[in-house]
Amino acid sequence: MIRAENIKKQFGDNVVLRGINTYFEQGKTNLLIGRSGAGKTVFIKILVGLLTPTSGAVWYDGINFTQLNLRQKKEIRKEIGMLFQGSALFDSMTVEENIRFPLDMFTNMTKKEKHMRVNNCLERVTLEGNNNKYPGEISGGMQKRVGIARSIVLNPRYLFCDEPNSGLDPKTSIVIDELISSITKENNITTIINTHDMNSVMEIGEKIALLNQGELAWEGNRHEVLESQNELLSTFIFASPFLAGLRKRALEVPDNSSDSNP
Amino acid sequence: MIIIKTIEDFGRYVELIGSIFAKPEKFSMYWKEMLRQMNDIGVGSLIIVAIISVFIGAVTATQFSYQLADSFIPYWYIGYIVRDIMIIELAPTITCLVLAGKVGSNMAAEIGGMRQKEQIDALEIMGVNTASYLIGPKILAAVFTIPFLVIFAALLGIMGGYVVSSFSQYLTPADYEYGLRQFFVPYNVTLMMIKSVVFSFILTSVSCYQGYFVRGGSIELGNASTQAVVMSNILILLADFVIAALFT
Repeated sequence: MIRAENIKKQFGDNVVLRGINTYFEQGKTNLLIGRSGAGKTVFIKILVGLLTPTSGAVWYDGINFTQLNLRQKKEIRKEIGMLFQGSALFDSMTVEENIRFPLDMFTNMTKKEKHMRVNNCLERVTLEGNNNKYPGEISGGMQKRVGIARSIVLNPRYLFCDEPNSGLDPKTSIVIDELISSITKENNITTIINTHDMNSVMEIGEKIALLNQGELAWEGNRHEVLESQNELLSTFIFASPFLAGLRKRALEVPDNSSDSNP
Repeated sequence: MIIIKTIEDFGRYVELIGSIFAKPEKFSMYWKEMLRQMNDIGVGSLIIVAIISVFIGAVTATQFSYQLADSFIPYWYIGYIVRDIMIIELAPTITCLVLAGKVGSNMAAEIGGMRQKEQIDALEIMGVNTASYLIGPKILAAVFTIPFLVIFAALLGIMGGYVVSSFSQYLTPADYEYGLRQFFVPYNVTLMMIKSVVFSFILTSVSCYQGYFVRGGSIELGNASTQAVVMSNILILLADFVIAALFT
């Protein structure tokens, strides 16, 4: 579990985060949502240690990550996988070399073992046979999947995804969402996804935290989203008239699912 | 304001260089990266260094032939002048100024591009000491490789002078060879090596620094690359003066 304790962040006079308290559970797909400029990326960068909070603490399974020195942080980071918005693949390396990089850097596995592990990961993200392609030769969706493969190659305990669906078509977005969700379940890891994608919210959001102007505006799960009376949440998730209409209809129709499945 | 920014930049530069000296996560990865850089810097720069050095030696010999014409100074002095000027000054300084443009701008662009594409963040999150992994091997590779390029440049510069002597109306190859063997001071070679090591450290560390802290987009990346070359050149010339003042 990852816990954020009163996280504040200020850049000069610009206050970005105003004291966020929340937690992200193990084995669940935790989503961080909010409008652009709400502070999601800064928050996620603080969680992984790329930024230092002005005040507050980040706890990884009872360890105060913020207080650790660089060497201790590096040990925790070896258990973190992260998928970046732009995938952040090394463009002069092949798909295989990209995925193998953490193995080369941190393990003493043999060449054969590494190759097998890379193939396992590629299989997991359904990209078998693409070992020798360069990132520039594959589509955006495939790059994201390579990014996921690289982030899980060391069997991390924590997985962070920064806007995994940005720039992808709806169908590919669903594939990526399902992939992240199933990896979370299979490996029982703590996954935190920073997203704008409402489909992700409704499909895989087991814990959802809404940030607004640097504050935590709402917390809950995907089932509670529809019924929530939180104005900020409603205007954010059901921003378009089409989605607002769908929500209205969904709330009007009584739930008979329990009657139809005795 | 400029003074404060310069002090800030210097502090950040010192901090970055300090963070390079950390235990590598895996020595073999750093070694592999250093060999790659040695190849890029050394083999990749051979042709440009060769062309420039031959012409500099040839031009120096030609100009001195012209200037010594009808003077009481014997022509064989040209061999001695070309040899010493190449060893003491032109080979280390011109080679490193050229490499600042070729290798330095390349390093700034490579690291800056990695910063902009979040690849450095990705490495950080994996637990890699990015300053150490990305900058350390480049500096080490340059410090080991560039002195050899400088020796190569000095030799080719002297040969350029010899070629000129073969076609000169005043200077003969025999005179030139005779001049090359006169007044040789081995300490000058030491001076050349000191200069080449210091200059190669400057050009790589300054260029990597410019790339490592780049922000914004492609315009800023271009500026960082330009700044890497400009700053390296200024600092190389400044260091040249300091070494000359201290060691001669």
